[in-house]
Formats: sequence, C-alpha cells, structure tokens
Amino acid sequence: MKTAAVDKKVRSRRSLSRNDRFTLSAFVGIPTLLQIIFLWFPTLITVVLSFTYWNGINVSDIKWAGLANYKNIFFDSPVFYDALKNNVVWLLWFTFLATPLGILLAYQFDRKIKGHQIYETIFYIPVVLSLAIIGIIWNFMLQPGGFVQGVMGRDIGNAVSIWGNYDINSYVIMAVASWRHIGYIMLLYLAGLKSFDSSLREASAIDGATEWQTFRKIILPTMRPVNVIILVITIIDSLRAFDLVYIIYGTSTAWPLLNILAFQNFAGQGISMKGAAYSVIALVLCVVPILVYLRNVFKEDLK
Amino acid sequence: MSTTIVQNKEYKNKQKVKDNFISAFIGFFAFVWIFPILWTLWTSLRPYNDIISYGVFSWPRHLNLDNYFQAFRVMGLSKYFLNTLYVMVPSVILILFLGSLIAFVVSRYSFRFNLTLLLFFTAGNMLPTIATYIPVFWLYIKIGDLFGNRSLLYNNYFGIILIHVAFQVGFATFVLSSYMKTVPKEISESAILDGCSVFRHYWNVMLPLLRPPLAALGVLMSCWIYNDFFWALILMSQDSKRPVTSALRQLQGQFVTDFNLLAAGASIVAAPTIILFLVLRKQFVSGLTLGSTKG
Repeated sequence: MKTAAVDKKVRSRRSLSRNDRFTLSAFVGIPTLLQIIFLWFPTLITVVLSFTYWNGINVSDIKWAGLANYKNIFFDSPVFYDALKNNVVWLLWFTFLATPLGILLAYQFDRKIKGHQIYETIFYIPVVLSLAIIGIIWNFMLQPGGFVQGVMGRDIGNAVSIWGNYDINSYVIMAVASWRHIGYIMLLYLAGLKSFDSSLREASAIDGATEWQTFRKIILPTMRPVNVIILVITIIDSLRAFDLVYIIYGTSTAWPLLNILAFQNFAGQGISMKGAAYSVIALVLCVVPILVYLRNVFKEDLK
Repeated sequence: MSTTIVQNKEYKNKQKVKDNFISAFIGFFAFVWIFPILWTLWTSLRPYNDIISYGVFSWPRHLNLDNYFQAFRVMGLSKYFLNTLYVMVPSVILILFLGSLIAFVVSRYSFRFNLTLLLFFTAGNMLPTIATYIPVFWLYIKIGDLFGNRSLLYNNYFGIILIHVAFQVGFATFVLSSYMKTVPKEISESAILDGCSVFRHYWNVMLPLLRPPLAALGVLMSCWIYNDFFWALILMSQDSKRPVTSALRQLQGQFVTDFNLLAAGASIVAAPTIILFLVLRKQFVSGLTLGSTKG
C-alpha cells in the first residue's frame, strides 16, 4: 500500500518537465518567502528580543537578560494583572453575551421574520467600518457636546467624562466592541444556517415543538462544527484585542490590555524589551485557540 | 387527521403573533444600532456654532453641506483618497495573485508539504499584529540602509503594500484552496493529459474557474485594506503620503474642536465601504464565509 503511494508520487513528479518544476517552485517559493521574511521572522525576532535588554537604537547594545523581563512583568508590574483582567472580561463578555446574541439574531433572520433583510443590513454595517471611524462616531455619542451628554442634560460647558469614568468605562468599551462583533457573528452563523436542512425544522414544528425548543434541541446540536469555529474565533479576537482601545485611549494605560502594554513598551519613548515580552505572552495565549481552530478547519485533510 | 390540521393552524397563528413581537423587538435594537451613524450624519449637516450657541438638541438653524465642502478643502481629503488607491489596488491584486498560486499548487499537485504549507499560511494570518510590527519597522529601515536608500520600504507605498500582502495572503490562500476543492479534479487531469504546462494549467484553466471567489475576496480585501490605519501610521512618516483612513486618525487630533467638520470627514471616509457593502453584499458575505477567520 505504502509503496504504491510512493510510486505514484514519484511518477507524478517525474512526469513534470524541468520548466514545470521551475514554475511550481516559483509559485510556492515567492509567497512563502514573503510570509517568512515579513511575518514569521519578525515574530521570531520579537520572541528573541523578549529575553534581552535593549533600547531599540544600536544593535550592538543588545544585552542578554534571561527571564528578567518576564520576572519584572509577573512580579513587579501590577498593571499586567489589570490588563489580564480586562482581557478576561473581554473574553467572558464576548463568549457569554455578544456571540450568543449574534447567533440568536442569525437564527431569527434565517426564519425570515418580517423586515429581516433591512435588519441584517443594519446589524452588519458597523462591521465594514474602519475602527478609526468607529472611534470618531462613538465620540460624537459620548464626548462633551455628544448625544449621550445631551440626554444627561449636559452641554459642552458642564459635560462629564465617560471614557475616564472607571466605574462605567469597561461597560462602555464592551458595548462599543459588541456593536461591531455581534453583526460579524450574525453573518457567519447565518451562512452556516443556510446549509441547515429546513425539513428538520418543519418536522419539529409539526411535532409541536416551540421555536425555542427547536433552536436549542435541534439547531444548536446540528450546528456544532460552526459553533466551535465561532467560539474559537471569539476567543482569538478577545486575546488579540487592541485597535478599539488604542483608538480611544492611545497608548495610555487607562484601560490596559496585553497588546496595549506590548505596544506602549515596545514603541515610543523609553523603549524596553518588556514590550516584546508582553507580546510574547499574548502570543502564547493565542497559540492553543489557533491550533484548535486549525484542527477544526482542516479536520478532513489531517486524517 | 383533521384535528392535527386544526391544531397546526392554531399553532401557526400563535407563532405569527409571537413573530411579529420578535420582529418589533429586533427592529427597536436595529434602530439603536444604526443610531450612532445617523447621529454622525445629522451632526455633519449642522454648523459648529449652532451647537455651541443653542445646545446639542436645538432645532437646527442651518442645515447644509458646507461641512462636506469644507472637509475636502481644509482636510485635503482628495489627496488622501488617491494615496489609498496607490496602496489598495496593487495590494489587492498581489494578494489575489499570490494566494491563488499557492492554493493552485496545494490543491492540484501532490507534494509532501501540501498540508504543512496550508497550515503555515492560515496560521500566519492569525498572528497578532502587535508581535510583528516593531521588528518589521526595524527590518524596513535595515533593508533600506542595505541598498543605500532608507526610504526604499519605510515611508514608501511599496513597504505598506508588501506588509499587507504578507499578512493577507494567508487568508486568500485558505479561501481559494477550499474553493478549489469543489472544482472537479477531472478538469485538471485532462489539462495535464493534453500536455498543458503548469503555467498554462494555472493561467488558462484554473484562473477563469476561480472568478467567483476572486471577486468575493477582492471586495473583502479592498474593504480591509481601505480600513487599515495602523500600518500606515507606523510605516509612513510623512503625513501627506498617508492613506485616507490613517490620515483621518491624524486629522481627528487637529480638528478636535470642530466636531461638525470632523463628522463630515468621517462620513466621507466611511461612505465608500458602506456603499461597496450595500452594492456588493453577496460578494462580501461569500468572501467572509468561505474562510471565517477574520474580523
């Protein structure tokens, strides 16, 4: 069996002319080289730098630091735990609230309830907007002179700070992030539901199941592969979270996230390789969900 | 038999009432969802002084498009739009081209490394950007120095294009290779039997079949690259060379006191992606769902 397979491969390779072999290597080689040089190599450099002291100017100044940067983060940087907490809050909020809401919406739209086309479009529009624009739009809602301030009866002169209020800013950030995430999940799930066999649903309706029962007992279990992928995407996105908070707070640590700390320490003034160590921590946390994702997506090929 | 039909009818009526209720409920949320955008549009139509003197909810004394003309003139948006095109068009073409090359080889020729390659490209697309960009910044400067021209990649459109390609080609590979699995192998086999060279097999046989996913990916990629502000902020030192989205981010600081002008600017910059989405919705959706990895 094995020899036969090897035989076949050898033959298929032999049947290629020299020119063809050259073309094939170029087809594979050029994109692969690009990926290695501009993606994997920089990532590797970040990992290596996280074990060094360096101010980012002269390569000759790089000094080996061992685990010092990590020690510093774990034992002497309380802000690290704040960031970790915020990443976890983000993760929990998205997993238990935003993602299920997106799924429920998709389910309702798939049933073609009244107005579903307009609703779908509306929920999806925030997803096509740049975060730079989302930041501006939400400032119009929340900044002095914005809508929410107006509702609270405050004009430009006597406005209160919403982004700077530590009692509520987590909720506000989660709300804005969900504004984008829910539409995205809705769309992905809706596409999954399209392949769902609608006769199953009809059968359960004839048997007298309520919509909620149908959703919980029939649709959710059948959609398991899609559920897993969506859950993993949610987790990866929560760990990679950066842009939105960067747009709102810049590199200040008013609402730290792992990637914000990485950026803050790695760029700008006072560069230290602690920033690299922060990125490595965020990267390591992402590895397991990425592997789970790959395993699920390439399930058939891996067999 | 007849009783089940009656029951069924009753059930259906009850469900109809419930559905109307659900629809109204979701409709309310849809309004909440779109409201921030409507509010931005509304703000963009009013002069700043109106709000200053009469308050946020005052009845508008003036409603016009002045802010829009002003935005083009003062912010110089047309120049930035042109910059966006310089980055976006070559990036999208290169991403589709290189992605289709890998997908073609992986799905049509059996090598030992096929799956590894596919995993390598898909995983690359999911790496957190933050872990790469400072080394990329140094790398760009070093490569520039090596060739005696510091702005060979840094502060150059070419550099931004290159980084977009490196990051997104994995996604294109993934989407195109899963599409190619659905294209019958017989087409390729007969092409090979007819003595097609590898290049002709790719160019004349496969590429025309890939039109639908290429269109979908093209729309999606254009939107993502248009929306990116981060790479251009880091890899472009010259303000006047920035694409429109990152320019807007800079202008936000400059015009922070003139809300309504900024609202008009944001509306103008948001318009192309929203219109693209409304017109080419099908492409959008199929591009995203063929390979669901990105937000």
